[in-house]
Amino acid sequence: MTTGATLEAVGRPVDRVDGPAKVTGRGRYSAEITLPNTAYAALVGARTASGRITGIRTDAAERADGVLAVLTHQNLPKIPGRPSLLPSLAGHAAPGESFFPLQDDIIHYFGQPVAMVIADSLERAQFAARQLHVDYDRSASVTTLDEGRDQAYEPEAIFAGFLPARTVRGDVEAGFKAATQRLDATYHFAANHHNPIEPSATTAVWDGDRLTLYDATQGIVATQSTVAALLGIPPSKVRVRASFVGGGFGCKAMIWPHVTLAALAARQVGRPVKLALTREQMFTSCGHREEQEQRIELGATDDGRLTALRHHKLSLTSPFDEWAEPSLGMASQAYACPHYEGVYRLIRSNTMTPTFTRGPGETTGMCALECLMDELAHQIGVDPVQLRLRNHAEADPHTGHPWSSDGAEECYRRGAARFDWQSRNPEPRSQRDGNWLIGKGMATAGYPVLFPMQPQRARARLYADGTAVVQAGTQEFGTGVGTAMTQVAADGLGVALRNIRFEYGDTDLPNVAAAVGSAGAGMISAAVYTAATTLRDQMIEQAIADPGSPLHHADPATVVVREGRMQLRDRPDTGETYSALMQRHFMTDQEALGSWSPPPQNLPYGLATFGAQFAEVAVDPDLGTVRVRRMVGTFAPGRVLNAKTAHSQAVGGMLWGLGQALLEGSLVDTRDGRWANASLGEYLVPVNADAPDVAVEFVEVPDTVVNPLGVKGLGEVGMVGAAAAIANAVFHATGYRARELPIRIEHLL
Amino acid sequence: MRAISYTRATDVHSAVAAVTSDPGSSFLAGGTTEVDLLRLDVLRPHRLVDINRLPLTGVEDRSDGGLLIGALARMSEVAEDRAVVERFPMLSQALLLGASAQLRHMASMGGNLMQRVRCAYYRDPESACNKRVPGSGCSALDGVNRGHAVLGTSEHCIATHPSDLAVALVALDAVVHVEGMDGSRTIPVDDFFLLPGDTPEREHPLTPGELITAIEVPALPMARGSLYLKVRDRESYEFALASAAAALALENGVIREVRLALGGVATKPWRARRAEDLLVGQRADEGTFTRAAAAELTPAVTRPMNAFKAELARRVLVRALRTAATTGGRTV
Repeated sequence: MTTGATLEAVGRPVDRVDGPAKVTGRGRYSAEITLPNTAYAALVGARTASGRITGIRTDAAERADGVLAVLTHQNLPKIPGRPSLLPSLAGHAAPGESFFPLQDDIIHYFGQPVAMVIADSLERAQFAARQLHVDYDRSASVTTLDEGRDQAYEPEAIFAGFLPARTVRGDVEAGFKAATQRLDATYHFAANHHNPIEPSATTAVWDGDRLTLYDATQGIVATQSTVAALLGIPPSKVRVRASFVGGGFGCKAMIWPHVTLAALAARQVGRPVKLALTREQMFTSCGHREEQEQRIELGATDDGRLTALRHHKLSLTSPFDEWAEPSLGMASQAYACPHYEGVYRLIRSNTMTPTFTRGPGETTGMCALECLMDELAHQIGVDPVQLRLRNHAEADPHTGHPWSSDGAEECYRRGAARFDWQSRNPEPRSQRDGNWLIGKGMATAGYPVLFPMQPQRARARLYADGTAVVQAGTQEFGTGVGTAMTQVAADGLGVALRNIRFEYGDTDLPNVAAAVGSAGAGMISAAVYTAATTLRDQMIEQAIADPGSPLHHADPATVVVREGRMQLRDRPDTGETYSALMQRHFMTDQEALGSWSPPPQNLPYGLATFGAQFAEVAVDPDLGTVRVRRMVGTFAPGRVLNAKTAHSQAVGGMLWGLGQALLEGSLVDTRDGRWANASLGEYLVPVNADAPDVAVEFVEVPDTVVNPLGVKGLGEVGMVGAAAAIANAVFHATGYRARELPIRIEHLL
Repeated sequence: MRAISYTRATDVHSAVAAVTSDPGSSFLAGGTTEVDLLRLDVLRPHRLVDINRLPLTGVEDRSDGGLLIGALARMSEVAEDRAVVERFPMLSQALLLGASAQLRHMASMGGNLMQRVRCAYYRDPESACNKRVPGSGCSALDGVNRGHAVLGTSEHCIATHPSDLAVALVALDAVVHVEGMDGSRTIPVDDFFLLPGDTPEREHPLTPGELITAIEVPALPMARGSLYLKVRDRESYEFALASAAAALALENGVIREVRLALGGVATKPWRARRAEDLLVGQRADEGTFTRAAAAELTPAVTRPMNAFKAELARRVLVRALRTAATTGGRTV
């Protein structure tokens, strides 16, 4: 870098650049892209959790008006490629499950596609799909933990082989022997579904051997590489576009079969094909947070210092992949506990492969730990905030490496002050308000800092009129990336925000990995900032080399750029604009590619984003109702790129935690494996009336390790700990210790 | 979705004639439930007769203190009507606690009474459901039935009646006005909803093509202090797990008259007559309320997932009575 970074646009609460397009409906989502001659595909899902197809009668569907094709395992060409499951952050093909449907007659899970009907209108495709008659030879299935307990096993590794199933440090038995306080609890977490407001949709169009996909995805490049791998065609033949995506929360982080099925359908009928999942199909098409149980045993001294932690998770996975969301990460790192044992155990079941769901893993793992920490605080009579401060790990307890940046203690302190934690009477059931018991609880938030595996790229182009376009092959699914990257580019180039346009949503642009695991803001800003500053430095060099420039022979380290004008830092009157330089040389534009390589895997630092969550609840003990009255969240995400969109993201995460604590649970009918509440009317997410007063504060800790701007990400950490804070507040209000989430009326009666 | 023909009726008689003469056709009012069920392939009419332009709107404030509410008045309009708010707060509250603001602007009063159950097996065209396909069985009996009914059930159907409005109306002894080819008639609202018994497919005593034209709410001075209490998992946009409409008239601390109905726990809007009988003439205290509530729920038939609803309903009744007695019950 030629000059010290001066950030003026970054951090400001800039309004969303795409806000007007979204609220006026001008922004087009994937299912709204209608090309001439578009046909529509409707999927038919299996009506049993396990078994074999013994026959499919397609004649009525084929005869129905407007039907172009009925595709089943009997007539769909086989898929040539079978890429293995790999998290999309790796940058390679990233199918959500290693299984691909419509290849044979075996049924692994309810809703597994068994046929696809393509017609000239959506209504006709759906009508014809209902005319299909499928006969099954049904076999016994496992769809809940209780049904499969006797088949539980400890795998070698989980998460596509990235994480060992067993992690040990120290000697956990010795740690328990040293303990004078012991606690042991098992927590059950319901399965959860993401329910973004936009159901997944893909429009596929072939032009000869070239395929274009308009896809609702968190990773256009992941879509490109996955579909190319499955179809056995070069990625250079596949272009993916996504201008607007209506929320992902993890269900669009991996590439699920329907995307490739849309491409196959389009090839089969020789027309563009649009495939949009229904709300009910969203429950069986793009993964879920698996039903799970976590047992934690904790040993501590009388003053609350942890001596041992044993954390075992049991969860359901699919018949074909060993997947568990990584729940034992932050819970093993947040506190300085010398002796630890973490084990994942799995049950193969008749569900699709579970997947990333907001705050993947950590939100359940930290919930279990933080509920038990609250129990410890109560048992030994230590304030819950003090207990956390007492145990906070100053360095990563696994490696002993210092954190690249921390901020946890300030999060506890500022959160407690903002919440007025000190006025809390620790005695449960000590505060009433009419029919309501009032309770206050808190918990630690934390999420690892994750890096992509490939270099991340962006391109910056400056025009002679002083405006600029910056491009990266990423996508905007509500995070505010389009706005934040405009700010990053403005500061990188030294050009006013109004003169920058950030382009994204097209794989023809420079490659960026899927935005998952809170890695998006860090890696995309790194690529954009690198591209912008590279271009800026080129311009400065050109000016310095130019005898006609006022900056001729200047020391580049003394040159800064303000509002498109290169000038000496100490003598701002000496300088000229980019435009003046370019016009003098008859240049129309100048361009630079920026490539940022993520840090190596063996970085000598612990990597985590910390935070603290506080919640006040009101519980009506007669009627069993819980309402959250206020929440305070403090987070240390490194640098905040846009104070407004960051605030929104944190609030959204905290409300997800409210849903996890009190509302969200997918219920399976074990007779056929069908999710019995697969609609927004029955799968309860918090509505505005449930949303309390939510206050968010950021502790902006400098971080020079993770990426150029020190961005650690915020998508997940806002949710982590929120459910535990609420559950702990429910205990404080009522004396009831929740062992099952969501906490429901029937638990509190 | 099937191809459907659509006509718009301009007067009541032609609307009734159109549907009566054409089996397989249906009225379309606000459409907030019906259109969902068409898309889900649960309802399969081949023709919709749109009645939204019929002159059946408005709330008529009658000189005797009663109301005549047009069948096509929207839920939001009735909820905010001054006479409703002042004289029948339980009615206004029941409406405002139902659905969402957007749905309340669309949904009509008559359509609310005709809304279908939320049972996940009814709403899935491939599950066994005696209400949808008589004789096919009831998947809910041993299925996911946390929200299902504990009162008025049969071995053929345990689906909960979802309306909040109807609960208030049965407490108020409202009367449903209907018109058919043979002229108009009135049906007491309690009789308008049928128990499932062994014919769960038959939910109302209407003949094909009969149309609700109005809902009459008779004068009830003690309803001025009435209330509707609704308990659910989330604060808005959810059907009741248990609800109660209550109105009390007290005289020197003794219950002179009471109106009480339960929602969310029964296969029809449930007038709590057992409780009412035990309450009249008794002191308005916790003991009386608890005994009455327990009696009302004595016949409850529960299943493991919905067993809590019997207890919840008892507590909701007690809370509603206590609230009506302390803040709403008017001493005469």
